[in-house]
Amino acid sequence: MIYKRDPIRIRGVLGNNKQFILGDMACVYGGILAGCSFFGGYPITPASEIAEGMARLLPRVGGTYIQMEDEIGSIAAVIGASWGGSKSMTATSGPGFSLMMENYGYAVMTETPCVIVNVQRTGPSTGQPTLGAQGDMMQVRWGTHGDIEAIALAPSTVQECLDFTIEAFNLAEKYRNPVCVMTDGEVGHLRERIIIPDEKDLKIVNRHPATIDKKKFIPFSESQTRKSKVPDFPTFGTGYRTYVTGLTHNEKGFPATDKQKDHEKLIKRITSKISDDIEKLTMVEKTNLEDANIAFVTYGASARPAETAMELGRQKGIKVGLLRLKMVWPFPEKVIHKLAKDVDTIIVPEMNLGQIVHPVREAACGQCEVISAPKVGGEIHLPDELLQYLGGK
Amino acid sequence: MVEMKNAEDLNKKFLRDGMWPTIFCNGCGDGVVLEYTLWALEELGWDMDKVVFASGIGCSSRLPGYINADGLHTTHGRALAFATGIKAANPELKLIIFTGDGDCAGIGGNHFIHAARRNIDMTVIMINNFIYGMTGGQLSPTTPLGSIATTAPHGNIEPPFDICNLAKALGANYVARWTVTHPYQPIKSVKAALEKKGFSLVEFLAPCPTAYGRRNKLGDIQKLWEWYDNNTILIEDYERIMNYGTDEEKKQMRHMFPIGVFQDFDKPGFFEEYGKLVNRLMDSSSRKEKVVVQE
Repeated sequence: MIYKRDPIRIRGVLGNNKQFILGDMACVYGGILAGCSFFGGYPITPASEIAEGMARLLPRVGGTYIQMEDEIGSIAAVIGASWGGSKSMTATSGPGFSLMMENYGYAVMTETPCVIVNVQRTGPSTGQPTLGAQGDMMQVRWGTHGDIEAIALAPSTVQECLDFTIEAFNLAEKYRNPVCVMTDGEVGHLRERIIIPDEKDLKIVNRHPATIDKKKFIPFSESQTRKSKVPDFPTFGTGYRTYVTGLTHNEKGFPATDKQKDHEKLIKRITSKISDDIEKLTMVEKTNLEDANIAFVTYGASARPAETAMELGRQKGIKVGLLRLKMVWPFPEKVIHKLAKDVDTIIVPEMNLGQIVHPVREAACGQCEVISAPKVGGEIHLPDELLQYLGGK
Repeated sequence: MVEMKNAEDLNKKFLRDGMWPTIFCNGCGDGVVLEYTLWALEELGWDMDKVVFASGIGCSSRLPGYINADGLHTTHGRALAFATGIKAANPELKLIIFTGDGDCAGIGGNHFIHAARRNIDMTVIMINNFIYGMTGGQLSPTTPLGSIATTAPHGNIEPPFDICNLAKALGANYVARWTVTHPYQPIKSVKAALEKKGFSLVEFLAPCPTAYGRRNKLGDIQKLWEWYDNNTILIEDYERIMNYGTDEEKKQMRHMFPIGVFQDFDKPGFFEEYGKLVNRLMDSSSRKEKVVVQE
């Protein structure tokens, strides 16, 4: 039985369109709304609620939940399911994300649409399992070996957990790349009110299936049917008889491992299909930046205390604004570059010892001062702590 | 030579054009296992649009590349986990996994255990050449005691393990072992495995002259292939000797590999059970479907 998205059944299973739920559960809702029909799970705090929610709801809409033997297996099954024609997803946290790195790169190399939710906790190693952190913001970009272009969203609210999971599926399908929802233990275990968008307001993107004559089909080149660097998708079982490999391959998909030009051509296409669209992909939220001479640049849970600190600062007459990165990768370099021209100081609060501050500094190009505002140990910044960074400015 | 002609027809029918020569060395057993599998598929007459091959990393894992069918050449050891997802997305597809001893019993051991335990509907064809061939002859989990490998240059002291015993213990629906030097039973066995629902395993003992035979002084290719005849015994004979044989006969069995069909069940496969679960839940959730409240 092949899954078919049934909006009425989905609405019936999800229930009322206004609910008070966990961030993790909102990722489940987002996945199911997007048409996810396969979830490969493995228990890990603080992401287990996503697997539990999927195990409960996914079979009720006709999808498949399997608890795999480890995170390597769960991402592998997710990639396999995608080739079988499913929209597929997994969820994990730091240690599991580390284990997934090899197959994450495999998904990039084989241009497999899939979604990974990373409810980040602190590390290195086992760290503080029950507490939130933003420890994997660089790993998602650089953690797998070789050259990739990452797509990563960072929700700050429970509603965004739902919305961004849908968006992650849409981007994965559009670009045929794994897409990560980089939430964290704070937002994942937060309960807030959500509104489930109506079916008519829902934007659902599906991969372009291969449709042309089977003899003429070239599986790993620019699309043969439309103007795009993303090839059409030859779902297994549809007669295209495609060979898919993680080895460097030619346009037909067969191993071509010994020529510099073959590799360069492939890697440039699979990275530039995303980087060409960086302006379309940029998702930032600007608050009080018009007259600001200090700006917080942050994302995820850290944006919440930063917003309060900004309001407190404004009350004191400090001209402070906030730039929230809803999508962290690909990095909105031009937005930051322009911001750095307009302000004297950029402050980057993060729940790590300073990760996204590095691309911010790179994009700022020395036009303004860039200060890291790190906090580790599983606690979110207090607005007062961030206010101190504004003192004297 | 009617058979030779048939083998050529088989290649024309099932293999991709323009993939020759293969990567395999002279005297390698991988091509023979491919040929046996194609024979079995020919006898079954399945629509090859609905057969998907998956593999990991290693010489044997390159086999799907030669077959004109959908193929997923995955990461080292993970093919069974990938295949689980493919099957979940479309249970109509038949999944065949080509893997080696390093890929399946080494790095992929955990995935093997759990795919077999769940009785995931797939046929695993593990080609056991006692060595990591592609990387140049390193010790594998099935390298016999005392053998020489590049990473066991002074002789292997690690006891090897028997993947068939493992699969049996996990309750796999079909478990068999053959060598590439036995031409008829393996084809029948692969066919039986493919027809099974749930998890099936066929292990092939296959020579690797380059990375194993040469270093272990097993002689030229012909001698090496003879080794497989001389060091294997049908499971029925093996069991008879172990039960009723003399001590001397039993002692001779110590280094022999039993071959044959070890297990043959008909338990329902994972996706049959999962389908039942989904039907049950979908029926009950449609009965008490909630109306979306518009506030």
